[in-house]
Amino acid sequence: MDKLPGIRPRQSLGRRLDMAARRGFPGSTTALLLLLTAAPIGLPGQAEVQASIALASVFFWSLFRPASMPPAVVFAVGLLVDLLGYAPPGVSVLTLLLAHGLALRWRRVLVRQGFLLVWLAFVGVAVGAAAVQWALTSLLIFRLLPPGPGVFQAAIGAGLYPALATLLTRAHHTLAEPEQA
Amino acid sequence: MIRLSIPVRQALAKLTLPVLIAAAFGLMLLGKADALLAERARMALADALAPIFGVVAEPLGSARAVVDNAEETFSLYSENARLREENERLRKWEAVALALDAENATLKANLRWIPDPAPSYVTARVVADAGGVYARAVLLSVGPNHSVTKGQIALDERGLVGRVTELGSRSARVLLITDMNSRIPVILERSRSRAMLVGTNGPRPRLMYWTEGQMPAEGEHVVTSAEANAFPAGLPVGVVHYSGSNVPEVEPAARLDRLEVVRLFDYGLRGVVPPESQATLRAQGPERRR
Repeated sequence: MDKLPGIRPRQSLGRRLDMAARRGFPGSTTALLLLLTAAPIGLPGQAEVQASIALASVFFWSLFRPASMPPAVVFAVGLLVDLLGYAPPGVSVLTLLLAHGLALRWRRVLVRQGFLLVWLAFVGVAVGAAAVQWALTSLLIFRLLPPGPGVFQAAIGAGLYPALATLLTRAHHTLAEPEQA
Repeated sequence: MIRLSIPVRQALAKLTLPVLIAAAFGLMLLGKADALLAERARMALADALAPIFGVVAEPLGSARAVVDNAEETFSLYSENARLREENERLRKWEAVALALDAENATLKANLRWIPDPAPSYVTARVVADAGGVYARAVLLSVGPNHSVTKGQIALDERGLVGRVTELGSRSARVLLITDMNSRIPVILERSRSRAMLVGTNGPRPRLMYWTEGQMPAEGEHVVTSAEANAFPAGLPVGVVHYSGSNVPEVEPAARLDRLEVVRLFDYGLRGVVPPESQATLRAQGPERRR
């Protein structure tokens, strides 16, 4: 905690709670978004939207605030996606953990780049994630699945990222910033 | 908390991700080895979330109603004309149906026809879309003291929706007829030819294995068949429609993309209920009756 020099407010209980809430913001909002997209809204391609939201927020937070999106939280988010749907358990967990690992690895380069390059990187991750998910699900149910939904999922993810990233960037500088507590 | 030196803590932090990735593989193997465990975990989560989903579904439903109302207002005039015309047509058919119903009743009385037992049913609200990318299912909120069992048949106001495949204490999952794993014995109404309705995860399931030489005709009505003792005969399923690549598909009668409320019918059929759930049924039987 004492990494930065300088004068800081006293560590009162309220402030500590506030900081914890800000640290928990990425994980909890992701879970909330997943629950909302599980509700029968009647969106076309709702399942794909749900999977893409999980991927996009895990990628975003792992890239820009990895301390608030540790691997354990990624694991929990993946488990939630798997159990909310009918997919074999573990598939989304693995996909999201891989995306998290990639984001951490590219972090040093990507954080300094503009939005467009981050988006491009995410499109790559989304395509890879859809492919991994398709292959693993096919393997686990012993049947070659049609690739259509996977392609659709990657496309939805690529299209959804800019909108979601705009919202998350705003939250990143305000709500999810523990230093502002 | 245990105090660790900084290098140890860093090493542990680096290890978390590989360990969790290994755990994900373990989870997959576990889910494959013990399908029941996965199902139980899923239903435990669904049970916990069902009340929340129920609360969320309420405002979403009213929001959707507002949008629908607004859309309908614009097409009020043309809709009215269409409905009046349809009403005229249906009135004619109503007379025919009543006459046929009366005739049917007399014929059945003369033949000493054994009537099908009237099925009991419960109505449940659809609270979540529980499919995922590679499956089609919905989650129902059924309340804590429900009498729903696995294998019960879900219908909406227009036709067949699917079957109950997973059951929790206050929620139930219904596998839709469009899911890839759905196989339903059907009868083509005009030719009385039997066929299987095979889900593809797409909006329209496919017809397969129909009687040799009796191609399903475009626009033919499809109803369930009592074969295999999984469904009662004659539940409306949909209408045959040939796809672009000349494959006979069925346009479902039920509005599967916007299910709000479904009825779960208990026809007392245990034809294709998996053995495991039959065992639990037997085990729970005396307890339930108490």
